[in-house]
Amino acid sequence: MTQSITLTINGTSYSHEVEPRLLLIHYLREVAGFTGPHIGCETSLCGACTVEFEGKAVKSCTMFAVQADGANIVTIEGLATNGKLHAMQEAFWNEHGAQCGFCTPGMIMTSKQLLDRNPDPTEAEIRHGIEGNICRCTGYQHIVNAVRAAAKAGRA
Amino acid sequence: MSTIITKRETLAGKRIRRKEDPRLITGTATYVDDIKLPGMHYAMVVRSPHAAANIRSINTKAALAIKGVAAVFTGKDIEGVGPVPCGAALPGLRVPHHTILATDRVYLVGHPVAVVVATDRYIAQDAAEAVEIDYEVLPAVADPEKALAPGAPPVHPQWPDNTAFNFHQEGGEVDKAFADAEVVVKQRITSQRLIPMAMETRGVVADWRAAERSLTLFTSTQAPHLVRSLVAQCLGLDDNRLRVVAPEVGGGFGSKIDTYAEEILMGFVAMKINKPVKWIETRRENFLCTIHGRGHVDYYELAAKRDGEITAIKLKIIQDLGAFLSLLTPAIPTLSVLMMPGLYRTKNIRADVVGAFTNCMATDAYRGAGRPEATHGIERMIDILAAELKMDPAEIRLKNFVRNEEFPFPTATGLIYDSGDYAAPLHKAMGIVDYKTARKEQAEGRAKGKLLGIGMSTYGEICAFGPSPATPAGGWESAQVKIEPSGKVTVMTGISPHGQGEETTFSQIAADELGVDLDDVLVLHGDTSIVQYGIGTFGSRSTAVGGTALYFALQELKTKLKKWGALLLDSEDVMLADGQCTCNKSGKSVSFKEIAFAAYRAMKVPPNMEPGLVATYFWEPPNFTFPFGAHIVITEVDRETGDIDIKRYVAVDDCGRILNPLIVDGQVHGGVAQGLGQALWEGVVYDDNGQLLTGELMDYAVPRAPMMPWIESSHTVTPSPVNPLGVKGVGEAGTIGASPAVVNSVVDALSHLGVRHIDMPLTPEKIWQIVSKHESGRPA
Repeated sequence: MTQSITLTINGTSYSHEVEPRLLLIHYLREVAGFTGPHIGCETSLCGACTVEFEGKAVKSCTMFAVQADGANIVTIEGLATNGKLHAMQEAFWNEHGAQCGFCTPGMIMTSKQLLDRNPDPTEAEIRHGIEGNICRCTGYQHIVNAVRAAAKAGRA
Repeated sequence: MSTIITKRETLAGKRIRRKEDPRLITGTATYVDDIKLPGMHYAMVVRSPHAAANIRSINTKAALAIKGVAAVFTGKDIEGVGPVPCGAALPGLRVPHHTILATDRVYLVGHPVAVVVATDRYIAQDAAEAVEIDYEVLPAVADPEKALAPGAPPVHPQWPDNTAFNFHQEGGEVDKAFADAEVVVKQRITSQRLIPMAMETRGVVADWRAAERSLTLFTSTQAPHLVRSLVAQCLGLDDNRLRVVAPEVGGGFGSKIDTYAEEILMGFVAMKINKPVKWIETRRENFLCTIHGRGHVDYYELAAKRDGEITAIKLKIIQDLGAFLSLLTPAIPTLSVLMMPGLYRTKNIRADVVGAFTNCMATDAYRGAGRPEATHGIERMIDILAAELKMDPAEIRLKNFVRNEEFPFPTATGLIYDSGDYAAPLHKAMGIVDYKTARKEQAEGRAKGKLLGIGMSTYGEICAFGPSPATPAGGWESAQVKIEPSGKVTVMTGISPHGQGEETTFSQIAADELGVDLDDVLVLHGDTSIVQYGIGTFGSRSTAVGGTALYFALQELKTKLKKWGALLLDSEDVMLADGQCTCNKSGKSVSFKEIAFAAYRAMKVPPNMEPGLVATYFWEPPNFTFPFGAHIVITEVDRETGDIDIKRYVAVDDCGRILNPLIVDGQVHGGVAQGLGQALWEGVVYDDNGQLLTGELMDYAVPRAPMMPWIESSHTVTPSPVNPLGVKGVGEAGTIGASPAVVNSVVDALSHLGVRHIDMPLTPEKIWQIVSKHESGRPA
C-alpha cells in the first residue's frame, strides 16, 4: 500500500510512490538521494536531520514523507546558489564551526533560520536558537562565532 | 576567525581554515549510511532485553515468513566465527569468550542474539520484532562494588567473584611515607560511567565478492587497519583480501577504536547471502552497545607534610568493566595508575586496581581514557589537602610541581615526563582571572550570602600513544608521500581522522617542508587498499606520531628531489626552496614539476636511484609526550535551585608547538564541553536489574549550546623534545582539565558550609540537597 506524493526539493519537483510510514528523512536520503541531512537520533532530539520545510527549520526524522506532499523543501545541498556558498556555510568554514561534520548540515539550516528571524542576535540568542541541535565536537563556541560572522556579513 | 592563505608563506602556526570543510558544509561528504550498493540488503540486530538470562529457544519462523526477508542468523549459525577481540593483556587476566551472537546465555541488555537481513530497512525492523526468543531471566548485577561483594550474582558463572584481574603498581617507600606523614587525607571519589555519543552512530556496509574471495567493509572506525587485521582473523580471511574503509566518520572520541561484533557479523552476513549488506546502529543501540567510558570508584589517601608537600599517594581503583572485555577495556585503569601522580613530584605511590565484571556494556577508551579519572582524583585530593591545611589551592600546587630543571622527569609510575613548565599556565590563568581580586570578590560575595567558588585544575596527560612496547597493537605510525608526475603532492597517512582536521595540518607540514602551496597537497587516509598499514587516530597521537612520520618521509623525499635536481642542473651544489631546486653556483632552477616529469619519464636516472618520487616512513616514537595546563573556573551556586552558573572558564593549555591554532582551539572547546558534561550533567544509570535508564538523548544530558560557558582559551608553549615537530597533542586536554576544575570550584563555593567533596555529576537536585542539608534552618 503506497501513496503518491509530489514535492519540491531544492527547486526541483519530485514525484514518488511511498509507504505511508516512510519517514521524511528516509525519503530525502534514500528515495530522493539527498544525503546531506543526517540521522543522529531518530527521536527529534539531535537536529542532524534539520531541513527547511515551507520556510521553517524542521527535524525531518519526525515527519512522514506523505506529510510533505505539496511542500517546498530546502536541504543543505540546496543552500549554495550558482556555485556560491551561502553566507552561513562560508561562516562555518571560516570560523571552524565544523569538526566531524555530522551535525553540520542540520546546524547550518537551523542557524540560517535563526538569522532569518533575528538578523542581529546576541550570544545568548544564538545559543538559544541552536539549542535543538547537538554538536558533540565543537563545544558550540566556534558555531556561535560562525553565526555572529554570518550575521555581520548579512549587515555588511 | 581563520586566515585565508593566498600566497606561499610558512603555514605552521597559522589559523588556516580547514581543507575538509567544503564537503561538510555542503552536505556532500560520504558517511557510511550514505553508501548505497547495487542489491544492498539491510540488517537489524535482535538484542536481549535482559541483563542476564538463559536463552531457552529462538523461533525465527515468523520473521522468515515476512516478504523481503532474506535470512535470519542466530548464535549457532556463527559459532566458528570470532570471538570479538580484546587486545589488552594483564597478568592473570580473565577474558570471557565473547561470541559474535549470544548462544545459550545473554550477559547484558542489548546483547546481540540474532540478525535479520531484508531488502529494506523497514522490513528488517519488522522482522527483527517478529523473532521470538524465550528467556529464563537470571539475577544480574550492575554496580561494580556490589559485584565484588560476597554473594553477588556471578556475571560469568565460572568466576563467582566477578573479578577479571587485580593489578598492583608501587614505587618508592609508601608505608614509610604514611608512617612519617604529618597529615593524611582520604576520600572516596567516583568517576561515573559516560556515553561517548559521537553524532554519527556506528555503521557498516559489507560487500563480498565471492569470485575474488575479497570483502570490503565500510565502517565508522578510528582504526581501519586494526579492524582489517582483527576482522580478517575472525572471519578466516587473508588480510590482503579484506579492504576496510573508514569513509567520513562522524566523531568517535575513543568509542570507534574497538573492533565490534557488528563489523565481524556484517562480513559474515555478506559472505552468507552473497549480497552487500548495510547495518546502521540506532541511537538507542549506540547507548546500549557502543562502549562506555570511565566507571571508576576510587579510594584515595594522600600523605603530606604540614607545609603542603605531598609525600605519598595511595589509590585503590574499582573499575567497572562491564560483562565483556572490549578491545582495550582492562588497559584503561592502568593508564589511570600511570597518571596518578599528576604534575606532582612525589615518588611514593601505590595503586591497586580491581577489574569488576558487571551485567553492563563494556567500558573502554572514551576521550582521555583513564587520564581524566586519575586527574580528577589527584586534583580533588590536592584541594582536599589544601582545605585541610588551610592553604591556597594555587600555592599547594606550586609547591608540589615538578621543577623545570628536573625534566626529563622520571615518575614513580615509570614514565618519563618529556618537558614542562608547570607553573607557567597556572600563573597565566591566574593572571587572566585576576586571582587576587577574584578571591576578594568571593569573600565580599560570601559576606552577602552568595555562594561563589573559584576552582582550578593543573593537569597533565599522556599523549602521542605511543612507544610500541607500551601499546597493545604497535604504537608507531606511517606516512607515504609522493610527488605525482604533475608535480602535485599526495600524502597517505596511517592515522584515520574523524573531525580532527589532519587533512589540513598535514598539508601544512608537507607544504612547509616542500615549499609548495597548501592546495598542491592532497592528504588521503582511512582506506586500507590505498594507504600503507597504519595504527589510527586515538590517544592524541595523530600529529605527534603520524605528523612526525610524515615529517621524516618528507625528509627522505627531499633527499630524492635534490638528487634529481642535481642531475637536471648538472651540479652537486643544489638547494631546495619554494617548490624548486636551485643550483647555488649558477642560480639556475628546476621546478618540482620538471623534476617529477624527469623522475617518471626516466630518460636518465641519478646513480643509485630508482624512477619515481615516493618516500615511505614508519616512525617509532621513543617516548610519549606529556601536555599539561591549568584551568580556572569561577562559579556561582543558586541555593534556591541548585543551579550552577559558570561565570568564567579560563583554559591555559600547553600542547607543545601549535601548527594550527584554529584547530587547537576547537579541540580545547570540544574537550572542555565533554569534561563539563561529566562534571555537571552526564551519567549512565543502570538500575539494579541492569536495565539502562539513560537509554536515549531524552534521559542522557549531553551539553547543548545554552549550557556551555564562553571558554577563554589560551596557551603556553613548551615544545616536546620527543619529536622534531615539537608537538605534544591536544585532543583530550580539555576533557582532562575540565571536570576537576569545575568540581573544585563548586566545592569551593560550598566549602564554608563544611562541604569537602561532591561526586559527579553535580546535578541541580544534588547540589540543592547538599546546600539545604548544610545550611541550618532549611528543609533537607
